[in-house]
Amino acid sequence: MSERTATVASSSGLHARPASLFAEAAAETGVEVTIAMAGTPAEDAMDASSILSLMTLGAEHGSEVVLRAEGDGADAALDALVKMLETDLDAV
Amino acid sequence: MQNFPGVGVSPGRIIGTIRQMPAPLADPPAGEMLASGISAEEATLALQAAAKDVQSQLRERAAGASADAKAVLEATALMAADPMLIKAAIKLIKTGTSAERAVWEAAEAVVAMLVNLGGYMAERATDVLDVRARIVASLRGVPAPGIPTSEEPFILVAEDLAPADTATLDPTIVIALVTAGGGPQSHTAIIARSLGLPAVVAAAGVDTLPDGTEVYVDGAAGTIATEPGDDERAAAVAWAANASTLAVFDGAGTTADGHLVPLLANVGGAKDAIKAAAAGAQGVGLLRTEFCFLERETEPSHDEQVEAYRGVFDAFPGKKVVVRTLDAGADKPLPFLTDATEPNPALGVRGYRTDMSSPGVLERQLAAIAAAAEGTTADVWVMAPMISTPDEAARFASLCSAAGLKTPGVMVEVPSAAVTSESILREVAFASLGTNDLTQYTMAADRQLGPLAALNNPWQPAVLQLVRLTVAGSIAEGGGKPVGVCGEAAADPALAVVLVGLGVATLSMTARSLAAVGAVLATVTLKEAQEIATLALRATSPAQARELAREKLPILAELGL
Repeated sequence: MSERTATVASSSGLHARPASLFAEAAAETGVEVTIAMAGTPAEDAMDASSILSLMTLGAEHGSEVVLRAEGDGADAALDALVKMLETDLDAV
Repeated sequence: MQNFPGVGVSPGRIIGTIRQMPAPLADPPAGEMLASGISAEEATLALQAAAKDVQSQLRERAAGASADAKAVLEATALMAADPMLIKAAIKLIKTGTSAERAVWEAAEAVVAMLVNLGGYMAERATDVLDVRARIVASLRGVPAPGIPTSEEPFILVAEDLAPADTATLDPTIVIALVTAGGGPQSHTAIIARSLGLPAVVAAAGVDTLPDGTEVYVDGAAGTIATEPGDDERAAAVAWAANASTLAVFDGAGTTADGHLVPLLANVGGAKDAIKAAAAGAQGVGLLRTEFCFLERETEPSHDEQVEAYRGVFDAFPGKKVVVRTLDAGADKPLPFLTDATEPNPALGVRGYRTDMSSPGVLERQLAAIAAAAEGTTADVWVMAPMISTPDEAARFASLCSAAGLKTPGVMVEVPSAAVTSESILREVAFASLGTNDLTQYTMAADRQLGPLAALNNPWQPAVLQLVRLTVAGSIAEGGGKPVGVCGEAAADPALAVVLVGLGVATLSMTARSLAAVGAVLATVTLKEAQEIATLALRATSPAQARELAREKLPILAELGL
């Protein structure tokens, strides 16, 4: 199990357009990636490729979130997704 | 040629092909199980295929949409095949639930979560409901609910249209509205007038015409005809030429003999107000403040309110702006003011009455209106909706005065207020007739019920009598206090003449109608308007009242109004 912590950089948080872009990117990795707010139990983590999960997560600008994945390509996928979270997607 | 007579509610003569609004989707019944012979695996595959199908349709639409709509449609497309939604539905299918019911319930759970989060998330709940309806329609093999998508302009035909149906209506694609049900006060009529689209309501039978049928619509005469001939084509061409002159109002409402009748605009916020000012409105006769805050869960802050009202005042420097305090209830619920469980909301705690159940909101609103008026040159008047007694009028006037607002007034929508307008006007500076609600209360006919559309007609002689009585009360009071009209009735050029003849001082309407009302009013003297009003008052039916008035106004036929 690989794990990364990232700080949400998008000014509107992980809602709306940033959430769409992130969910699509997570689906494209082909790896099952989960997302949870930092400090919450791993079993409550949600599917990172689900826009509805991301919206109900309630991550705001500056929130810390934890990404987890397993298996082949997990590290590369997580690195790419962390980079995305730490970019202000509202400004893209 | 086949004719469908109805009620014309927004003028215009146009020829086009029709598209039927799909019937609303019925809920898959609770407990609906997999049909016999369908395995859970097959149902799962069908659901996944339907989700992908909806997703690709939404993506296709997103590709052709403008920037704002594109972002929303792309997010909605993602929701359609969302892993959380689909996994939850598949789990239900495995317990034997039908695919339709499974996605219905899975989406319900997501909606509940989003609504709980409130704010922006709660607003997205409608997108989830939209996706759900599309997936169920695809599973059933029926057209998706909502306005059909089309590249080509078309005439939209429906049983009736609700506000949610028309929110996404694009007036460059939908060129006219025709409904089999509904009435002159229905949402269809209101939306058609505000968009300037020709519209006919209550045209029984039109909902059976096949998609693609070419028809001629006359939104003034209230007729629809199939297989339009040369006469109809000439009329449509003439209307198109006329429409440009009817789009310009010179900003001076007057009868032929120079009796001034200021023509004002009904607006729902600063955006409307700027458009209305550009259309030549001589002020605002009705600022619907609740439209600034619809779908809000909580009371707007002082600063938010000041900003919303200031935007309207700034659009009309030196002009009159009549602000109506929050008119929540019945068809416009505001969660922080109204009780959604009332058995009879139209007769419930709504309008000014919410001050009893939620004290303080009105006083804070008046303070915000006063603060917004400071430093602007707009002449700010304030009125309360749903006033029924002189006591209520007196109390509202004292609240206004405590807030530093100098011109308090009342809406006359409840028949008791029309009948006792003399006593009510002693307490306040003006009255404004809200003809939509006055009609529904006079006739005891819910505005939202299609089968009562014939009763819900502002041409009803009983409604005209109450207009007359309200003006008579003002004359008896002796203070020269103006009685205006700010309902849909003012936007009907023939009825506008009748209202002026009954002694109404100002007419406030959707900005689109200013030019047409101004043009017709300018062709009659005050005395002629009074004679026409007398004819309408003596009529025994709304149809007869309308016909008698229209006969005396040849300009209407000339302009195609």
